[in-house]
Amino acid sequence: MGLESLNTLILLLLVVVALVSLRLRDLVVSCVVFAIYSFLMCLLWAEMGAVDVAFTEATVGAGVSTVVLIATVFNLRRKAKD
Amino acid sequence: MKKVAFVMVLLVGLLLALAVRDFPAWADRNSPASQSPVSSYYVSNTGADTQVPNLVTAVLADYRGFDTMLETVVVFIAGLAVWAVLQGGRTVRSRNRGDQVQFEPDLIVTNTVRLIVPVIQIFALYVLAHGHVSPGGGFQGGVAMGASFILVALGWSLREALYRFPLERCFAVAGIGILIYAGIGLLCIFCGGEFLDYAHLSSVLPVSPQMARYHAMLGVEIGVGFTVSAIMFALYACLSTGGRMKGGL
Repeated sequence: MGLESLNTLILLLLVVVALVSLRLRDLVVSCVVFAIYSFLMCLLWAEMGAVDVAFTEATVGAGVSTVVLIATVFNLRRKAKD
Repeated sequence: MKKVAFVMVLLVGLLLALAVRDFPAWADRNSPASQSPVSSYYVSNTGADTQVPNLVTAVLADYRGFDTMLETVVVFIAGLAVWAVLQGGRTVRSRNRGDQVQFEPDLIVTNTVRLIVPVIQIFALYVLAHGHVSPGGGFQGGVAMGASFILVALGWSLREALYRFPLERCFAVAGIGILIYAGIGLLCIFCGGEFLDYAHLSSVLPVSPQMARYHAMLGVEIGVGFTVSAIMFALYACLSTGGRMKGGL
């Protein structure tokens, strides 16, 4: 499998995951799906050779911001209305 | 209204997709970014100028040190702003009353955290100190360090974590980080250079100007690490309790 097809696969998954995270009603699950989105972005950066950016995406995007989002959701209503 | 919004989103998305066609190809030699004299200077001279193998760190902490210093200030101000907004207004009653129940710390969770936190912290220090040679640096190391504090808060309770790292001390540490960064910059002025011109530090350090830049980058990264790790924990402490500093997840 070449780099191009791996790129395409990751990009397609990104779109799917983004749509899923928007459609979910449970905001905590939505946050976790958002972490998956961050990890996919991290894969994409690493695969393009931007290892520093990939590292930042993994720590900030997938790690801390997920925790902060979930911490915020617990101070709101957990289910989205629409 | 929802239909209009959907059509708008679709239109903007279509426009963005059209704009993508104008992007240069991946690793295109003729793209504007590759043709600018600045990037070719970085690529060909960083090794000789600073002895740093990792180009990204050299650009971030040395060539564009001023930029990174003010980015650190932005992180600090963001933490202060979250604290001020949540603390200053009328305390919002949480809809979820789960945080008022007293949980006993779970045996499996606390022991896992006990095992994992030292590993995370040593890895964070390695990332911070090794940022010149391998990917990493102050921001990533600082975030990993802050994440280990958050794990302590998640494993036991926020009260336990705040007892070890009180919020005032978090902000003090964040300020110290910026002072370390700006202090290294000022030291360069006293050594006869310009602000953040690390090469002039060789008059106080027993090394060549190139190695002085190498070592000053480490000092600067340590400052960034201080600020980022403290602010990450402060952000979590503020957001998980809605500014009340009681309860938490």
